[in-house]
Amino acid sequence: MVILPHDSIIVQTLGRFLIPVVQMFGLYVLFFGQYGPGGGFVGGVILGTGMILSVLIFGHDASRSQIAKKVLHADGVGMLIFAGVGGLCMIGGGEFLNYANLEIPGLETASRRSLGIVLTQIGVAVDVAVTAISIVFSLSAEEIIEDSING
Amino acid sequence: MIFSFEIPLLLLLLVTAAGAILVKDLMSAVLLLGSYSFFLSLVWAWLGAVDVAFVEAVVGAGLGTVLFLLTLFGTAPKDTRLRRPPPSLATLIVFPLLGVLLLYAADDLPEFGNPKSPASVHISPTYIEQSYQDTRTPNVVTAVLMDYRSLDTMGETVVIFTAGIACALLLRRNS
Repeated sequence: MVILPHDSIIVQTLGRFLIPVVQMFGLYVLFFGQYGPGGGFVGGVILGTGMILSVLIFGHDASRSQIAKKVLHADGVGMLIFAGVGGLCMIGGGEFLNYANLEIPGLETASRRSLGIVLTQIGVAVDVAVTAISIVFSLSAEEIIEDSING
Repeated sequence: MIFSFEIPLLLLLLVTAAGAILVKDLMSAVLLLGSYSFFLSLVWAWLGAVDVAFVEAVVGAGLGTVLFLLTLFGTAPKDTRLRRPPPSLATLIVFPLLGVLLLYAADDLPEFGNPKSPASVHISPTYIEQSYQDTRTPNVVTAVLMDYRSLDTMGETVVIFTAGIACALLLRRNS
């Protein structure tokens, strides 16, 4: 099933207004996760959901949905960020994912760990957002319905 | 008074869960399941687990519902109505017994919020006392998830990544 643009003007206008707000809220949740409820997982899901919303409202082929398609190429980048931070910790001379060993001059241990938390949260968010969009594209790809009709 | 809010919420949970199981139309079942997740997130928030409530609301009521609906739209219309056989006699006997047994066992659980319960005396006090000095992160949940237990979180990230890859491999036919 290929998703066509929604024909209701209310939905289109609301989507145009709502999607940037959703994305901003996702970024807020992602980076505010150290100070309040939220974090990488929820922030990533909200960011992904914003892009899914644009695909659902404006269709697969709209120019707004091209961002979501491009994001699909980032599959695995989130894992790479997470494991890369762990590897940097090992290069710094400590255990895997022990952020205190991140080699950043001028930062004390606690701030290094805080920075490590931010970086790994970004990794989780990218991974979750890309996975959510990827699953939606897998479920709504054109080939699926044709195959199920033809046998 | 705690119970003034808890009991209506619990009733709503029971009604939406039973409705999601009993309703014939799959579309209604999906939407009822989404509202169940939303009420469950209210319960988490009420119990003080705000991070869990956030995840439940966003994933359970938001993303999960969208994925279910997309799956339903992708299937033929004849599949979306259910004909359920009535439950067998064994089900009617075993499951109430199991419920009674679980309720009986739940009587021995430590009281909610009890500071002397085993979960609260093991390592949680260390986390609560030292997480800010250690990591400059006021949210203890984030500090535990992302710093003290970061290897576990990486495992979860691998699970999500694997799920996405598996969906793409199984569902995308060509191109």
